[in-house]
Amino acid sequence: MSTTVAARETNTALTGTAGPNRRRPSLLHDTGTVFVRELLPVLRNPFSVVFTMVQPLVFLGLFGPLLSDFPGTGEGSALQWFVPGIVVMSCLFSGAFTGSNLLFELQTGSHERMLVTPLRRSALLIGRALKEIVPMVMQTVIIVAVCMPFGFELHLAGAALAVLILAVMAVGIGALSYSLALASKDQDWLFWTIQQTLLFPFLLLAGILLPLDNGPGWLRTLGDINPLTYVVDACRLLFNGEIAAAGVLQGAGAAAFLAALGLLVGIRSMRHST
Amino acid sequence: MNHSVVSMDATMIQTKGLTRHFTVKKETVEAVRGIDLHVRRGELVALLGPNGAGKSTTLRMLTTLLPPTSGTAEVAGHDVVREQAAVRHRIGYIGQGNGAGHTQRGRDELVIQGRCYGMGRKAARARADELISALGLETVADRTVSTLSGGQRRRLDIAMGLIHAPDLLFLDEPSTGLDPQNRANLQEQILNLHTEYGTTVVLTTHYLDEADSMAERVIVVDHGRVIADDSPTQLKRDHAGDRITLTAGHTDDARRVADRARRSAGAEVTQSGTSVEIRVLGAPQLLPGLLVDLANDGVTVTGAEVARPTMDDVFLNLTGRSLREGGAEPADAGADGGADGGARAAADADGRTTQNQEIAA
Ligand SMILES: Nc1ncnc2c1ncn2[C@@H]1O[C@H](COP(=O)(O)OP(=O)(O)OP(=O)(O)O)[C@@H](O)[C@H]1O
Ligand SMILES: [Mg+2]
Repeated sequence: MSTTVAARETNTALTGTAGPNRRRPSLLHDTGTVFVRELLPVLRNPFSVVFTMVQPLVFLGLFGPLLSDFPGTGEGSALQWFVPGIVVMSCLFSGAFTGSNLLFELQTGSHERMLVTPLRRSALLIGRALKEIVPMVMQTVIIVAVCMPFGFELHLAGAALAVLILAVMAVGIGALSYSLALASKDQDWLFWTIQQTLLFPFLLLAGILLPLDNGPGWLRTLGDINPLTYVVDACRLLFNGEIAAAGVLQGAGAAAFLAALGLLVGIRSMRHST
Repeated sequence: MNHSVVSMDATMIQTKGLTRHFTVKKETVEAVRGIDLHVRRGELVALLGPNGAGKSTTLRMLTTLLPPTSGTAEVAGHDVVREQAAVRHRIGYIGQGNGAGHTQRGRDELVIQGRCYGMGRKAARARADELISALGLETVADRTVSTLSGGQRRRLDIAMGLIHAPDLLFLDEPSTGLDPQNRANLQEQILNLHTEYGTTVVLTTHYLDEADSMAERVIVVDHGRVIADDSPTQLKRDHAGDRITLTAGHTDDARRVADRARRSAGAEVTQSGTSVEIRVLGAPQLLPGLLVDLANDGVTVTGAEVARPTMDDVFLNLTGRSLREGGAEPADAGADGGADGGARAAADADGRTTQNQEIAA
């Protein structure tokens, strides 16, 4: 093949036949594009959602059995009390971890490449945060499926509502994690230090592992101002089929608060991202 | 859409006093210091400079990634601060890092990139296919990016930058990490884009020969300033002559060679031992006559060599430092006792004048 011919073929390919669409796509289109981009690796490798579940599953298997007849864990089986908490924990962990993906892309140049496209900054954050819903649902299904043979009772309508609340929370936690990544930029240690420092206090103060009811007053106060507490309580009610409880509304409110906070901070950080 | 801007006006890039400072640990780093740049539609421009000269920072301002500290820049007819969306729509950018996400597949990234520019799903897929074959990525496009070699990743980056067939393309060190063959391919592709489709190209490079052979216009940047801006030929003519090295059998003969050479107009002559170096314009034309004259004088010349100037010679002349040797270090003055300044002495120290030197990082 002669080189000139090859070069010519190359040419048309490089410049293309159709020009780009100069009309600016909508926010929805932008968000959808980012969402799909984030989702593709998950779909290509669904097993990856299990990585962030290791800790929740360890707690489920090795800590859960210690809870039978523990005061404050309700009347039914300890599993019925513990599993909703583990579902929230799994959502919290995978959401808190997700910022590290952006952190990596900030360092390699992938994020920079996205910043030069006409995508809206807000879409870059919202699309990413929305994607968190998918692994959350997958993880919840896995946890529930694993626990049912051991006597966990599934109330479908309530569980579906719980997933809805968790979806809102996942968006919030994801957005906060992305904000932290944007703030840390090329300082990995900053991201991981803050992430790890915050994660466990929030986990413990939400009464996920042990109920706070019998703790000292100051601990209970801290628990009361932790939005996660309300999400956990709501999930416990819902997974037990108690849909018409006041706690459900409170949980939904707390999740909405987290989402609003996360998106607000996240979009702001993304706008300042360079 | 502002029709006067892109279609009629020949200006593609116009900057005035473009400046960018960074604050690192309370100290101000003046990365770019008042750059005035004018690039016409259809030009191919190379920004050449050592590490830390401010090339990437300049590009990042022109591509809306970084707001300038002061000064203005209009790119494709739009202000990079006030009309970011309009600028982004019209440009392509291939950054210094890797654009493709490591957990993604190449083809997915290409399609997504097209979608980012508002292309339809089908059009984006078709365009991705075109670019995959144009850049020889067929066998790796469906693999996870993290498993690709550096060169394959770089080609994927290039493909992503071209997805929307931009009128104006910025490339930050496009060929870094490519083997010589892929570098040549890439250069050819960029040249084709430029010559046959009139794409305006602004690239930065670490390769002296790349700037020399590809660009019609080389902008030499140092310490955040433009220190020269011309065609490679003109730059070499203005800032570095050809170099003739003649070797004689004896020091005496060498002295006579030097005396004779000094009679040529504009020649700078240095003798060291039996070797004589002549800096002059048009060496290939001058040398045959010089050899005949010397033969007539009865002087025996045992060796003759002509070296054309390189961009490194140009840089050396402009700054007194060699780009090739890592840039920021001042040249070791008088390394071999050369009479005409430390800069040249350093250039001669390693005796290489080939044009294929990469600037040491
Ligand atoms: N984000 C930043 N924060 C602080 N300093 C920066 C930042 N980006 C660049 N600099 C500094 O600005 C100067 C110019 O950097 P720049 O990256 O533009 O150089 P360059 O010419 O592209 O170099 P190279 O050839 O190594 O890519 C350097 O001194 C660099 O340390
Ligand atoms: Mg650079």
